[in-house]
Amino acid sequence: MDHQRLQQLTKITLNNNNFIQTALLSDLRVDGRRPLDYRKLTIKFGADDGSSEVKLGDTYVISFVTAQLLQPYKDRPNEGSLSVFTEFSPMADPSFEPGRASESAVELGRIVDRGLRESRAIDTESLCVVSGKLVWAIRIDIHVIDNGGNLVDAANVAALAALLTFRRPECSLTGEDGQQVVVHPPEERDPLPLIIHHLPIAVTFGFFSNENLVVIDPTYHEESVMTGRMTATLNANGDVCSIQKAGGEGVSQRVIMHCLKLAHVKAGDITAKIRDVVEIHNTERALRKIKRHSSSVAVDVCGTTATLGGKQNQSVGDKNVNHLDQLKLKDELNDMECDAKTPGQVQSNKKDGVSNNFTGGPSSWDPYSECVDSDSLKASLASRGQSTPQSKQKDSRSETKREEQPKEVKTNSSSAMDIAPNVRQSNNEGKTLKDAVKPKHKRKKKTSSNGRK
Amino acid sequence: MEYVSPEGLRLDGRRPMEMRQIRAEIGAVSKADGSAVFEMGNTKVIAAVYGPRQVQNKSQQMNDQALVRCEYSMANFSTGDRMRKPKGDRRSTEISLVIRQTMEACILTHLMPHSQIDIFVQVLQADGGTRSACINAATLALADAGIPMRDLVTSCSAGYLNSTPLLDLNYVEDSAGGADVTLGILPKLDKVTLLQMDSKLPIDILENVMQLAIEGCKAVANYIREILLENTKQLEYRRGV
Repeated sequence: MDHQRLQQLTKITLNNNNFIQTALLSDLRVDGRRPLDYRKLTIKFGADDGSSEVKLGDTYVISFVTAQLLQPYKDRPNEGSLSVFTEFSPMADPSFEPGRASESAVELGRIVDRGLRESRAIDTESLCVVSGKLVWAIRIDIHVIDNGGNLVDAANVAALAALLTFRRPECSLTGEDGQQVVVHPPEERDPLPLIIHHLPIAVTFGFFSNENLVVIDPTYHEESVMTGRMTATLNANGDVCSIQKAGGEGVSQRVIMHCLKLAHVKAGDITAKIRDVVEIHNTERALRKIKRHSSSVAVDVCGTTATLGGKQNQSVGDKNVNHLDQLKLKDELNDMECDAKTPGQVQSNKKDGVSNNFTGGPSSWDPYSECVDSDSLKASLASRGQSTPQSKQKDSRSETKREEQPKEVKTNSSSAMDIAPNVRQSNNEGKTLKDAVKPKHKRKKKTSSNGRK
Repeated sequence: MEYVSPEGLRLDGRRPMEMRQIRAEIGAVSKADGSAVFEMGNTKVIAAVYGPRQVQNKSQQMNDQALVRCEYSMANFSTGDRMRKPKGDRRSTEISLVIRQTMEACILTHLMPHSQIDIFVQVLQADGGTRSACINAATLALADAGIPMRDLVTSCSAGYLNSTPLLDLNYVEDSAGGADVTLGILPKLDKVTLLQMDSKLPIDILENVMQLAIEGCKAVANYIREILLENTKQLEYRRGV
């Protein structure tokens, strides 16, 4: 109710109100659009998997997706869960209060949630680890940073983009009874993307007291003038996934059907847009991996320990850069991006090669690196047998580093020698989360001390 | 699961286009300015309206229109398994908002500036279509309270299961995972004010389901009108005019 009051405080003036309505009568909107034009939509991705930022005109929404292993709901023992949390920052709009979620925040969360859940856009059954005991619970956090109107559409796109780029760690069952769950860290096995069947896109319409006026994607000012709103969530196939018209101005059924057809067209456009951006993001992700491999093919197999040291160096570099990246969410086409994932992926490819169960998703599949991997792997196996510590390929950065400081390589290699058996041990023994984490932790410590020498 | 038998009967023996039995009663809460009980089959809802009265929280007062508030709640015992935390969850917050905005659209709020109207709806028995039942009950209660309205908002739900459009879903059909369309109309103006829909449905099928729901709403509207007329006649009789 306080929301209502604050809305009133920030109410639009009568003159502005009349201006907007009169302009609309001649098919003009205050920001220069036609009534059925969408604003410019920009989608960017953060440094981590599963984060996105969406700008729709002035509206700015960011979204994060995280996953957690939890006990499933009793009525759905073999389905993962999906939950949406909204956070309306008070800086986005004076009517947003800190603390308790306002009605509009709840409504927004429910619209996004219903659109995704009820239309079964995400395959929740694939999120099951142990039926009735452990499933992945996917959590979507939506933060509104700036309210320029039409939060629902922006939030929905942000949620979808984040879901599309989200990767969850792979899980496997071991132990005598096959009930012990091992979560493979991303360094060990490539994390898996979610299975998403279709993209439900929310398109919002604004209705005015004059029945002939309909606008799509209303701005902040239009929102305070309009008397009714309808959000239709459709996918590109023309299936309606959810509709929300919570009271307000009455419109005839004919108008609603017309709006749905318009929404279908817009949903197609937006789906294409999201797919494009995600495609670019995924290729970039894959490219980062190739870069690392390509530089090393010829130079590489000089000495296993040395290369391992090289890799450590590089991972330190990556950690640092990644840290910076996390502070400042990177641009989608930023060349400077260095990826925390890639050293892990190199490693995971290796391990998968050894255990012959490569399970990377299609997005991370790149024949080039894989081929290089197995070749060098065979070579190393042939020359040194099983006991060989894994040979590592390194990236151009680590290579230059080594050229500059040959001494450091030596120190590195000695330290790596100590660790190498450790790494292998954790591979051979029954894997537990602890084992998987330990060596990485050690390495980090040692290399960081090395790097600062 | 089969929700429509080959003979064309639903689980509770209804035909696809048949509504559950509806029953309405005016004046269920003595202290309220207007109140009503509305039943759709096993779904039972009670609504009470207070107002127009002085605005309780002065800072919320509006100079050009009345303040409408709505609170929706489900009784702990209304569902099959007793609910643990009945108040303040996101679902009921959303339904409160939906009911408030729907009623706001039909109340002539500009006639009652500086005042407040409170609508309380409580679900006593939940068997699907609680949203619709609440809106119907609220309409009746508002009419009983004598609050000026553009039209009587009525609501009804419809769904789509086993490739058949079904009118007025009960709980089993509602939780079957098929489409569920809740519609609220202003019957005389023939306008849709409330439209909520879940699940996946192609546009053309949705049109049919919506049409069916509109027919349902109109049937409810006729019934509500009868009830109101009867109530007025009784009042007339008591006054001895």
